[in-house]
Amino acid sequence: MWKRLKLAFHKLGSPPIFYRFAQTLIPWLWSLTGVGLAVGLYQALYVVPPDYQQGDSYRILYVHVPAAWQAMATYLIMAILAIIALVWRIRTAEIMAMVAAPIGAGFTLICLVTGAIWGEPMWGTWWAWDARLTSMLILLFIYLGIMGLYAAFDDHRQGAKMASVLVLVGVVNIPIIHFSVDWWTTLHQGSTINLFGPSSMDPTMLPPLIWMTVAVKFMFAAMLLQRARNELLAQDQRKQWTKRLIGDLIE
Amino acid sequence: MTPRRRKRLTMIVVLVVGIGTAAAIAISALQENMLYFIAPSDVQAQPLPADRNFRLGGLVEAGSIERDADSLHVQFVVTDGVHQVPVTYAGILPDLFREGQGVIAQGRLDESGVFHAREVLARHDETYMPPEVAAALERSGAPHGVVE
Repeated sequence: MWKRLKLAFHKLGSPPIFYRFAQTLIPWLWSLTGVGLAVGLYQALYVVPPDYQQGDSYRILYVHVPAAWQAMATYLIMAILAIIALVWRIRTAEIMAMVAAPIGAGFTLICLVTGAIWGEPMWGTWWAWDARLTSMLILLFIYLGIMGLYAAFDDHRQGAKMASVLVLVGVVNIPIIHFSVDWWTTLHQGSTINLFGPSSMDPTMLPPLIWMTVAVKFMFAAMLLQRARNELLAQDQRKQWTKRLIGDLIE
Repeated sequence: MTPRRRKRLTMIVVLVVGIGTAAAIAISALQENMLYFIAPSDVQAQPLPADRNFRLGGLVEAGSIERDADSLHVQFVVTDGVHQVPVTYAGILPDLFREGQGVIAQGRLDESGVFHAREVLARHDETYMPPEVAAALERSGAPHGVVE
């Protein structure tokens, strides 16, 4: 079992095999994303009851919270890929780590914008320099920094190596974001959903959050594979396997 | 794992641990400055100079809101359950502002201990429930919502 897993891991390091693997998986991932988003959004907007204090305004959390979780999860996945890239020098891992950054930046931006839209009527302000909001903004800047550093090198592998180190430097921000609401007094409220213990959200309001969160995971996986495939193709356009692939397509 | 890869992995571990330590030291040094607001008890424990700007956070005491009939002037008391600070403010309050609600007011104390707010923000708690559930909880006498 272990041997087969190891073999699969090494096989995925080969660009042509990765390319075909991604190709088979992507349509499935997008389909699951579509179903999840449709069910989740329908429930969030039409099925769940309004909140006792916020009325209908709270419904934005069904976008805000999954985006925030994915913004942080993307970073952790990117960090694992960066370790694989730095230690084993596997090229597909390098590429996956690098193409994950813009996706993470996108989710971070969605989180910040939806938070501001909610904050204006509820808190009375679009933005506050409290620890949670500030650390999330720093996450966005770290993502942009990684993208910039990677793009600054002509040699993709050199760029990926340097940017991977930056990824690992930025990891320290993730626990800061998570615990900011416990360590300091913030305008942002504490965690509603606790994996280990009771959540302070009524159970009737939970299903769309679960649907949306899972849908966003599939969306991330689909975007990651799609972007990695495109990047591989762009970098390897003169390689033998790409020519063979294009040859197959023309025939 | 080849010696070379082991060495790279060690370097990564050293890097992450080093940065983590540095961040922990920096954060503990910043501790007080990272606070977004302070509670009435903190004000009581360590009185600030009268002209010093700060953010006061706590709950709006039940029954303490007094609105001026023909202006935006409003007075209320912010409490943390132990100490109280009277607050005066002129302006538009956020939608969530109500008795028992968490609020953060920015401003300064005058000599008589009244807090003059320039800005009042509502602080939402992490509880979400339908109105019927909140009503049922209220009927059964269980406290709901705003707990800090």
